[in-house]
This record gives sequence, structure tokens and C-alpha cells, in this order.
Amino acid sequence: MSNIPAELRYAASHEWVRPEGNGIYTVGITEHAQELLGDMVFLDLPDEGDQIAMGDDVAVAESVKAASDVYAPITGEVIEVNEDLEDSPELVNSDPYGDGWLFKVKADDISEVESLLDADGYAESIEDE
Amino acid sequence: MTNKTVLHAKHLEAGAKMVDFFGWDMPINYGSQIEEHHAVRRDAGMFDVSHMTIVDVKGPQAQAYLRYLLANDVAKLQDKGKALYSGMLNEAGGVVDDLIVYFFDDTNYRLVVNSATKQKDLDWLAAKAEGFTVTITERDEFAMIAVQGPNAKAKAGQLFSAAQNEAVAGMKPFYGVQAEDLFIATTGYTGEAGYEIMVPNDQAADFWQALLDLGVAPCGLGARDTLRLEAGMNLYGQDMDETISPLEANMGWTISWEPQDRNFVGRDVLTAQKTAGTDKLVGLVMREKGVLRAGQKVTVEGGEGIITSGTFSPTLGHSVALARVASSVTDHAEVEMRKKWVTVDVVKPSFVRNGKSVL
Repeated sequence: MSNIPAELRYAASHEWVRPEGNGIYTVGITEHAQELLGDMVFLDLPDEGDQIAMGDDVAVAESVKAASDVYAPITGEVIEVNEDLEDSPELVNSDPYGDGWLFKVKADDISEVESLLDADGYAESIEDE
Repeated sequence: MTNKTVLHAKHLEAGAKMVDFFGWDMPINYGSQIEEHHAVRRDAGMFDVSHMTIVDVKGPQAQAYLRYLLANDVAKLQDKGKALYSGMLNEAGGVVDDLIVYFFDDTNYRLVVNSATKQKDLDWLAAKAEGFTVTITERDEFAMIAVQGPNAKAKAGQLFSAAQNEAVAGMKPFYGVQAEDLFIATTGYTGEAGYEIMVPNDQAADFWQALLDLGVAPCGLGARDTLRLEAGMNLYGQDMDETISPLEANMGWTISWEPQDRNFVGRDVLTAQKTAGTDKLVGLVMREKGVLRAGQKVTVEGGEGIITSGTFSPTLGHSVALARVASSVTDHAEVEMRKKWVTVDVVKPSFVRNGKSVL
């Protein structure tokens, strides 16, 4: 069973969301997702300033195995992307909830976050796969 | 029914992620496929290849049989232990399988064929043996461990007896020798130096553990695929199969056209194909972000093609692929990736040898 931190919220498409205050949220992919994908080789991230809408494919996580779309879990503006992933994509494997974060979003509507899965809900959703 | 090699328990013990590989439960990686890849390029790694099929061919007509069965000519083998890579073709010139044949004498050879095609191969070997005085014996009492990398021979040598070390001393690439309990061959599927070692089943787990204790990294099928692809080596079922001629699979060098009076299965069709021209297998190199993948469409000067194998190359830090394309291909090609067309370089199908880029 992979690690699913209780303090995060999740999309069924395997992204996690962490509140940083002031309506800013950090987004990454879950430990379960990186396990499925295997060693990461490239991350194609959105640009700072991009407007993204919940459910859009906004990034690509490319592993030795496959290229996989990453979907925006919430609507808002991308205010920062994880530049370290350019040289060290393996951070997504080694620390998916920490140094392997993908981008930060200033949310348009913070109530959207409440509609995401909690840790138990996400655990159930991956059990059903 | 899932087959397990005698090393299965060792893989589980090492925390391997296991996958189904044509009916065999095999390790895909033991954690990080890329780290395993680097271990082979920089130091020493090992693979359980016990699922591969070892077949001995013996008898007064063993040579005549193999000269008919294989597109390459075993009569070229003069030194005891020398090995030869060949396609085994059908009457339409398609590749039934690719294999390595070891020569001991004109009445005694050993073949190593793919596991995915095992039953088909055994049936084919038996069918083509009709009219020849040969015996064909599968040797499933052996496990097989490939130890590969710049330090592989030195590390494996620490486990050999004095007699075994003497037997392999100065052995050139592509030879094999039976030394006491082990059959030790200077072959591999990675583009590095090393050995493929046939070990009696009951000794295999101890031998594996001893290599592990010497710091040889266990490597799974994932690293095996990226290593062979960097080395420009074909994977049966992916880069060629029964519908593909060796001329379209960068295996032209494995066809022995001389002597012209040697009849081998598929010869007539190959001769016609050679005159008419065929597609060819080339290497593709993409230095920008992204990974070339099998099945992607390719457009080249004067024609089209398809990627047969593609991957991220851990050694080079960018993607490489094998693609079958029209023979009019120039030094650039366009690949359709995620709905857009990307320009890539066309090279000979070989990317890395002995740890170094050959681009």
C-alpha cells in the first residue's frame, strides 16, 4: 500500500493538492502514480502565468514506460513551477509529496478544493482500479 | 499457468517488481530501472535469463541440418566454442526467431533461442529436422545468468575455480566454453563486456547470491531493454517477427550468401527481395524533450515507416529508437508524437558501445 498523506486532497486522476495559504496550492502526482509510471525522465510543465481549469491536461509526466497526462486538479493561475525537475526528474519518484512537486496554483475558487477526494477517498479510488 | 525460473525466490527476496513476460513471472526492476542500467554501463549488473531456451543439436548430420535451418552458415565456425548469431527463417523469408549457435564440432552444437517463442521454436526445429540424422535436446536443467559491464568479468572471475579461470583466460568475444559445472560464454545483450553463464539449476541461487555479495547489481527486464536498444540490438517480436525479412531488420549481415549452392530455408525469397529492395531498420535520435515510442509513425524522404522500439536512453540523456522505414530515407525523419510532428536524426542502428556514445 503506497503512502497517502492525510493532510492532502486528491484528484482521482492521481494528482495531489496542498494548501500553502492565501489561496495558493501546490500540485504534484501521488506516490501511487509514480509507482505505476516507473522512473521519470521528463516533466513537461505549464508556464508561469498560465490560466488552467480543473480537468485540463496541463502537464506531461514522461517515464521510461509511458507518457502520461497530468490534469489540473483546480482552476486558477500557475504562479510557480518546479524548475529542479528539469535536471532531476527522479525527484518525482524519490519524493513525490515533497521535492517532487510540479507547480503552484493561485486558486480562483478555493471551494473547488473541497470537492476533491480526501486521503480515504483516494485510497478507495485506487483500490477499485 | 505461470512459469518461474529457479531464481524466482531470489528476485522476491530482493524486492523486485515482477511482471508477466510471455508466461514467465520475471523482474521488471528491483527499484530503479535507470540505476540498474547505469550499473551495467559503469560497473557490473546481472540478469536472470533462465527463461531462455537452451537446445543441443547433435549427430552425424548436425552441421548439414543447421546449414539448412539457419540463414547464417555454421560452416564458418572453425574454432571450438565459437558462436554465431543467426536468424531462423520461414519459407517466406520471415524471421521465426533469432538465436545464438555455439560450435563444438561438426556433430555437436548448442543453440540459445528466445523464451517467448519456445514452443514454436522447438516445433520448428523438429519439423525441419526431418530427413537429417540429428538429435535435438532441450537442456532445461540449466539456469542462465548474464553478468554484464566493465567490471563484470573480473567480478564473475572471483567465483570461478582455477580451472574455470584458465578456461576463460584470453577468450575473445562470442565464444563459449564448458568448464567443470559451468558453461561460460562471452556473449550478451547490452553492448558491454561480460559473460552469459549456464549454471546447473541447483547451484543457481547460490551463484546469484555470491555475485550479489560481490556488488553485482541485479537488473530487470526494464534495464535489459534500454541497454539492448542503446546497443542497437533487435528484440524478437518487436523489431522483427515472422512477417519481417532479416533484410528489413538490420540482419542482412547475418545472411551468408556464399557458397551459392547452400540451400537454406527462405533463401529464394531473400534473393528476390535483395534484388527488388526492401525497407530498412535505422536508428533515430531525438535530442529534445520527449520519448520516442514503439508504434509511432515516421515520415522520411520518399516514404513512410514506423518505430519498432523506442526509449529514453539513460546513457545519452535523450531518446533513441529503431524504426523500419523506406530505403530512400535520408539523414532526417519526422515522427508523429502526441499529435505533432517532430524532426529527428537518422543514424545507423547503434547508439552506445562499451559505455560510450557512438553517435
